[in-house]
Amino acid sequence: MSEPNGTVNAPAADTALVAYVLRLGDDALIASHRLAELVSSAPQLEEDVALANISLDLLGQARALLTYAGRAEEQLTGVLRTEDDLAYMRDENQFVNCRLVELPNTDFAHTIARQLLFSAYAYELYGTLVDSADETLAGVAAKAVKELDYHRDHAALWTVRLGDGTDESNARMAAALKAFWPYVDEVFASDDVTRTVAAAGTGTDPASLRPAWDTYIDGVLAEAGLDRPDTPPLTGLAGLGGRQGVHTETFGYLIAEMQHLHRSHPGATW
Amino acid sequence: MSRETERSRRAAPSAPAGTNEDAERSDRAGGDAAGITRLVGSVPDPEMPMVDLADLGILRDVSVDGAGAVTVTITPTYSGCPAMDTIRDDIRARLAEHGHTDVTVRTVLTPPWSTDWITAEGRRKLAEHGIAPPPQRAQRPNATFVPLSVRCPHCGATDTREVSRFGATACKALYVCAACKEPFDRVKPL
Repeated sequence: MSEPNGTVNAPAADTALVAYVLRLGDDALIASHRLAELVSSAPQLEEDVALANISLDLLGQARALLTYAGRAEEQLTGVLRTEDDLAYMRDENQFVNCRLVELPNTDFAHTIARQLLFSAYAYELYGTLVDSADETLAGVAAKAVKELDYHRDHAALWTVRLGDGTDESNARMAAALKAFWPYVDEVFASDDVTRTVAAAGTGTDPASLRPAWDTYIDGVLAEAGLDRPDTPPLTGLAGLGGRQGVHTETFGYLIAEMQHLHRSHPGATW
Repeated sequence: MSRETERSRRAAPSAPAGTNEDAERSDRAGGDAAGITRLVGSVPDPEMPMVDLADLGILRDVSVDGAGAVTVTITPTYSGCPAMDTIRDDIRARLAEHGHTDVTVRTVLTPPWSTDWITAEGRRKLAEHGIAPPPQRAQRPNATFVPLSVRCPHCGATDTREVSRFGATACKALYVCAACKEPFDRVKPL
């Protein structure tokens, strides 16, 4: 992914902002990777193309965010980590994505459920970040929000098609939502990092996005003839989750595949 | 860098990049920036070669310093546009052919590209080559936006249907015409 001409303005020297941008970058990177796994395996050709397009948008967002996180971190530590260093040279417990985006593509309904829950959140998030006091984050958000509008729409259309389809597709969509629902609360959890960036006007406290997300998701589920799952939140090991580097079992396999080429052939390009 | 961005932002509402305003500004900055802007602007898009970078509105700025170092600023259509690397290489190659070897190509995200930046000439070329251009949004603020049917670029019929919102490239959707039965791409509004 090496890219000498970044898309980055002068970064702010702020520990919370670095942690925050890294979370956003990891969310986009891992969501992108899960979709990339499906290229050539989607149920129809148009879906192969659609999922690859969405994956590419998310990868583009991830590159801008990770590049920025690396450069902002350099202001604090004096050591630069590039987007490649961050994507390929960190270990599993150093990734701070929410666990929702790492959950596997068990079947197509799972892919759509993950996309629906995540893109509805990210759409609301970047809709607020366009007004970030941080110029780079505002720039990334202004592009991302338009892309996420398409992603969210794609997932909502499929959710309705599957939920309001056959008994089989309805049951699978319901099962996928039920499986992913325990990971929703983590996405909206506030902590010191989000509170600090929100107070500084550079970031958004995700808890503030929950009402709009609930309204949107309830509307889609109603149209799809699906019930809102009642599976309780999964807090993670000793209360720790993705934002603290504690991930689900399948995440290690994802990282192994994603990083294999870069680690086996350092500096490889094509 | 932030000053560059600020300048682009101010120029944004009225002037798609690569226009006279950019050229004049760069002219004052030094040398033959207007000529270089025309050279860079005429580089074809690698994915839709019927249009060039000026038509697409992704060329934001060209400047030349006293020593002849050229800085070209471009913006992606979509965050993950995979053509950006090729576009950078094509810009360097085009300028090298004309003796400019000290070239930096910068990418900026602000202000974000939208399909409104595609020029009238660009829209005409797209339609001529079988790609339905995106709708042109109203220039007046608060004007009511009326979505119109997508016109088939092959037969001109408006009885068309979206097959997939995601097409062969990040910026296109896939349509089919009910009149002539031909599939076609459409640059989707962004």
